[in-house]
Amino acid sequence: MSAAPVKSESAATGPAEPAAKPRRAGLFRTAWGFGRTKVGVVLTAAIVLIALFGPYISPHTDTALVAEPYVTSADGSPFGTDYLGRDVFSRFLYGGQILLLLAASAALFGTLAGTVLGIVAGYRRGWLDELIMRTNDILLAFPQLIAALLIMSIIGPQAWLIVVIIGVTHMPRVARVIREATLRIVEQDFVKSAEAIGVPRWKIMVREILPNVTSPLLVELGLRLTYSIGIVAVLGFLGMGLQPPDADWGLMINENRLAITVQPWAVALPVAAVAVLTIGANLITDGLSRASIGIDRGVEK
Amino acid sequence: MSTSTTDDHRSDEAAALDIDGVTVIGRPSDVEIISGISLSVPRGRILGLVGESGSGKTTLGLALLAHCKRATEITAGSIRIGTTDLLAGTAAEVRALRGRGVAYIPQSPASALNPALRLRTQLREALFESDDAAARVREVLREVALPDDDAFLDRYPHQLSGGQQQRVAIAMAFIGRPDLIVLDEPTTGLDVTTQAHVLATIRSMTRTYGTAGVYISHDMAVVADLADEIAVMYQGEVVERGPGSRLLSAPEHPYTMQLLRAVPLLKTDGGDHPADEAKTPVLTVRGLEAGYGRTNVLKDIDIEVAPGDCVALLGESGSGKTTLSRSIVGLHHQFGGEVVFDGAQLAPSSYRRTAEQRRRVQYIFQNPYEALNPRKRVRDLILQPYAHLTGGKVADPDSVVATALERAALPAAYGERFPEQLSGGERQRVCIARAIATKPDLLICDEITSALDVSVQAEIVELLRNLQNDGMALLFVTHNIALVSNIAQYVAILNSGRIVEYGPVGTVLSDPQHEYTRALIADTPDFELTFADSPMHKSIRAAEKEHTAVEGGTKRPE
Repeated sequence: MSAAPVKSESAATGPAEPAAKPRRAGLFRTAWGFGRTKVGVVLTAAIVLIALFGPYISPHTDTALVAEPYVTSADGSPFGTDYLGRDVFSRFLYGGQILLLLAASAALFGTLAGTVLGIVAGYRRGWLDELIMRTNDILLAFPQLIAALLIMSIIGPQAWLIVVIIGVTHMPRVARVIREATLRIVEQDFVKSAEAIGVPRWKIMVREILPNVTSPLLVELGLRLTYSIGIVAVLGFLGMGLQPPDADWGLMINENRLAITVQPWAVALPVAAVAVLTIGANLITDGLSRASIGIDRGVEK
Repeated sequence: MSTSTTDDHRSDEAAALDIDGVTVIGRPSDVEIISGISLSVPRGRILGLVGESGSGKTTLGLALLAHCKRATEITAGSIRIGTTDLLAGTAAEVRALRGRGVAYIPQSPASALNPALRLRTQLREALFESDDAAARVREVLREVALPDDDAFLDRYPHQLSGGQQQRVAIAMAFIGRPDLIVLDEPTTGLDVTTQAHVLATIRSMTRTYGTAGVYISHDMAVVADLADEIAVMYQGEVVERGPGSRLLSAPEHPYTMQLLRAVPLLKTDGGDHPADEAKTPVLTVRGLEAGYGRTNVLKDIDIEVAPGDCVALLGESGSGKTTLSRSIVGLHHQFGGEVVFDGAQLAPSSYRRTAEQRRRVQYIFQNPYEALNPRKRVRDLILQPYAHLTGGKVADPDSVVATALERAALPAAYGERFPEQLSGGERQRVCIARAIATKPDLLICDEITSALDVSVQAEIVELLRNLQNDGMALLFVTHNIALVSNIAQYVAILNSGRIVEYGPVGTVLSDPQHEYTRALIADTPDFELTFADSPMHKSIRAAEKEHTAVEGGTKRPE
């Protein structure tokens, strides 16, 4: 790297000049300082690990019939069987992967699209700003879940459709937050300075503005991830997600809810997983947003 | 003029303010922000508290009200207002004393007055006795030279000018007849003319009421003008203290000398006459008009800048000087008239200019805290504009950065730093380095020293002078007339969007033709520096040896 010669030079002239002030701790390090973030990371990591590696350690496959339906405990199935006699624990281990994948892609897609729109609207202003933000307002008028159900019932349950719909419903919410952050950055002189030398607009947005809205961006990403998990799980429960016989936490709750008094495990395990995951993600987001309030005060005087 | 009342006459009572060994520490690091400060101010006198940013003068000012900013704490010492010990009292006692015993006038009146309250309500809020409150409100308004009729009392703060707002703040502070009044840079945001009015009000009010004043400022000239006694603060300690006349004529502490030397002096004594040789101007502005929407803020602007010359654009806030400089650089698009740079008309938008034009005209912003992207290293801050303006890849990036930093008098190792690791002055140097890296012909400096301390200002001015000697043309925008007399060869005085006077600095300042220029010079605080010459002026003074150090003082053209 080209940094090497500069480093050696600074070593040579080092003692002559005052030592550099240490940089302020970054967003992640500040967030890590909060106890809640640590708890959140532990909870989220536990569920993510279960979802990712569950299928490799499960005692049975997700569709294998191992015993009679609705027994609370059997040989080799510590949490009993579901309404068809499949191993609850195995289905639990299998059921998280797709949910996490869908939720994560939906959150990423929505945040990405929202960020682009927010920065463009906040920087370009004028009619483009009006067009983007008023379209956003129209999208915001549809409740997330109702919109998803409406479109899914027309087109049919598809994994890609879940991602697109949830992403699109996240988009206007993210765009609002990022536009607000952009407006604060655009007022500052370093953006003007880039304009004065004619740096192309897209480059100003990518190089000058984007790095300065990362704090609200991360908070938004965490928030949208939390909501996505909930919505994907609910869609699964309502039968709009994965179709039987695939394993899915939302689906499991729906399939086994009739016998909740007889075989509570079949409902309790997926419910607990979704709850712990949501709480964990929320705690991380909370830590990030607390840290960003401290960092994004703008310019100190 | 600093009044040098040397008589030690004291009234029967003790001094209005007597503090002893006050120490304030910051939490959680336990660093002493101010340490062991002892001061006393008799009634009717004003103590000027001078120091640079970060010296702890505001912390001390707030401590006088037994108030601490968040995460700070008074850990030692005593503060006596009249006969009451402020630190020994309970919270309720201290609260009762604020406004009656001690009052505070903050820096920005616009944010100190509640925008939702009418002046009547606002002023009465500060008054504790309810009987005859209306009469007292009117009385105090008359004293600060504001109207006292009902129509005025029914106004909201936003319906007043900055100077009126500050006088309302002064009225609010004096309404409870306090023993001590703490003024924290109350004139910083004001024009010199308004500043002169406000200072006169403060002076007469403290005299009439026999109130002790503590005037916090970084502006040596203002303090020299107003205060009876001056205390110089440096790194949380009072390093020198004495009567104004003595401190200015024979400073003892090296830091005081350094501070005094850095203050630009207003020279109305002819100054240096620029060479008469006819140079081809690099920038010619003819009949420029500019505005926002239907409002026209600039009319008939004619300016020429030649290589190696510095043209100062002097004006108060709202005179349109920033609009003019931004029009030239292509950040303000709504203008008409000729802006010719090196023989070619400049397009209104920087995006429609050629890369060569953009490279040759560079702009430096007022606030170095906002002009640098906080997420980039200094190296990239310099290299990216350079690469953009010179087109494509940079052959030897390290030498470009090193050269630019060196010309801005910064070590090359600073390239690896982030803006937050730099002081305000260093940031402004990086801005300069960024601008001069591309070897421009015209540098537009928009109030580039107004956010900086005087000593830093002196260094930046020195740096600009060196650039000018290398043949760069400078357009120096400022509101500080003393600074103009120290850096520029030509000055254009801008008032309400028109150039009212334009010519060589020496001629304009020594023999001002326009009434506005005369008022501007008269309202600038006098500042007599009799101990030694200021190095800021040595380069100019060297040419005219006959002027002695005494010349530094200014005379009111009356």
